[in-house]
Amino acid sequence: MTATSPDPSKLHDRRETRLVLMLLAPALLVVAGLMLAPLGWLAWQSVHQDGSLSLAHYARFLTDSIYATAFLQTFRIAFTVTLAALLIGYPIAYLAATVPRAWSLLILAAVLLPFWTSVLVRTYAWLILLQRRGLVNTLLVNTGVIDQPLTLVNNEFGTVMATIHILLPFMVLPLYAAMQKIPPELTMAGASLGGRPGMVFRTVFLPLSVPGAIAGSVLVFVLTLGFYITPELLGGGRAFMVSMLVARNIEIYNEWGAASSISVVLLVCVVLVFRLASLLLPFDRIMGTR
Amino acid sequence: MTRISRGLYCSLPVLAALCALPAAAEEVMFVSQGGAYQEAQTKAILDPVAEKLGITVKQDSSPDAWPVIKTQTATGQPIWDVIDTPTKDCVRGGQQGMIEPLDLAKLPNLAAMPADYRTDYSVAYEFYSSVLAYSTQAYGDTPPQSWADFWDVEKFPGPRALRNHPLATLEAALMADGVKPQDMYPLDIDRAFAKLEEIKPYITVWWSSGAQSAQLLADGEVDMEMAWNGRVSSIAKEGAPVAFTYNQGMLQFTSLCILKDAPNLDTAWKFVNAAMDPEIQANFPAYIDYGPGNPAAYDTGKISPERAAEMPSAPANASRQVLVSTDWWTSPEGEEVLKRWAEFIQQ
Repeated sequence: MTATSPDPSKLHDRRETRLVLMLLAPALLVVAGLMLAPLGWLAWQSVHQDGSLSLAHYARFLTDSIYATAFLQTFRIAFTVTLAALLIGYPIAYLAATVPRAWSLLILAAVLLPFWTSVLVRTYAWLILLQRRGLVNTLLVNTGVIDQPLTLVNNEFGTVMATIHILLPFMVLPLYAAMQKIPPELTMAGASLGGRPGMVFRTVFLPLSVPGAIAGSVLVFVLTLGFYITPELLGGGRAFMVSMLVARNIEIYNEWGAASSISVVLLVCVVLVFRLASLLLPFDRIMGTR
Repeated sequence: MTRISRGLYCSLPVLAALCALPAAAEEVMFVSQGGAYQEAQTKAILDPVAEKLGITVKQDSSPDAWPVIKTQTATGQPIWDVIDTPTKDCVRGGQQGMIEPLDLAKLPNLAAMPADYRTDYSVAYEFYSSVLAYSTQAYGDTPPQSWADFWDVEKFPGPRALRNHPLATLEAALMADGVKPQDMYPLDIDRAFAKLEEIKPYITVWWSSGAQSAQLLADGEVDMEMAWNGRVSSIAKEGAPVAFTYNQGMLQFTSLCILKDAPNLDTAWKFVNAAMDPEIQANFPAYIDYGPGNPAAYDTGKISPERAAEMPSAPANASRQVLVSTDWWTSPEGEEVLKRWAEFIQQ
């Protein structure tokens, strides 16, 4: 962009880009066919009613309070989950990135093993832990901490707890990747200049780990927005999220147009979240490609 | 058409031997809801019907047939013939021209059945019931026996669950409020929702699947709930301390209906008639806790009195229950309630 005459290295870059694009072509075609086409069909459905163009499905967002409530609750849950995952995930990633290699592997294994387990299994595991006669309540009652079992599941609390656990790896892994790239010499230099550990962490380590934190937060936030199985099983009918609104529109009301319009609005929300994140920091740094 | 062409072939003596073949090749595609239920009816109904009529019964399953019905009829190339599905799908499908109107002339086995058990498009195939189920551990010798008891949180403390769906739930609320079964329809929706507001704080879970409802009771997560009778009896058989009552139960049925312009239409009518035969219907209780759709099955002597007492549609049990009105639930009012339910749950 800045150079007026093409220098050899730029030329080489361009040739490489072309080669990469050619190699990618089959994959891009598959993505276009299998993802963009149905997405387009979905968007098309959302602006049709009874065969003619109409914005009726979108008007529902303004007239039907169920839509607003579902979106508000979904964003509230997504925000809570993201914040909690960040608070829990940061120290885990910090430990994994700073302790000796063997310990670090152990910590990463503890993060990854649940990650490789089915969401369904982990959701049911939380049900077993948190229900009225579950492990947690039994323990608390037997040790005399409480008299009556607490309502820990079949509500928003249980949903949030399980979602945090399920999505934690998506927070820890980008954080770990970002922290691992921070040269230990920098913190050492900070310390040699007289900085106390707290100050070194605040002024050197923390700012450098922010891209990882943003990447993890965006991932967790966006994934929570579309969560379905966990709120359906652990929400007890109370955690009513957007995905359930979509499901209900198709299963009960048979309103494909309404379901499509919700999906389109959710997609727009997700794009906005990414846009916001990319304003805070350059996108390629967030995704850890540079 | 097949019958005429077969007639033609048979008139030729040389080909007479082949006549047996086309008859054996007659087939019908039957669609049900899968799982243990479809396995049970394969033994109870489908195999005996296939044998009796000398036809092949092919099977498909779909937990939610409605979207598939719409797709198959919209393309004009239906693959299914006979569908076993909640009655409302048959009725709204019929109203939208996707289901064959019931031709009683082709279904002599339906003649003696109560008129309530069929619609213009469907016939009751098997009965289940939304009942009041409870933990025998929590309530011992004095369990709740009515919806008024379910609403009585003083006399019967403990967490409760209801289905996250208005069907049967509104009926229960109205009975708890003193509405008599015979005065149930049309439902007084405002009154039902007002009554539901009373119990809402005590509802721990609004369940959304049958398996979930069974789990809730078996795990002791709730002490009483509305659940489907077959789900409760199956966990009771596994040893869970649970029981239920047919008192004030909501009697529901899934129905058989035939897809409009089904590929094997003639065979489909024969199949439905045979499946409703009292002798064949009487096989149901041997395999599953759902009752035969044809009440004449109880007169065949095939069902023992003990077994009959466990069946939701047995006359003695049916008379204690409310027959859920599909007509009302498929009316515009019934559709509207679904939306109001979503708001009620969210608040």
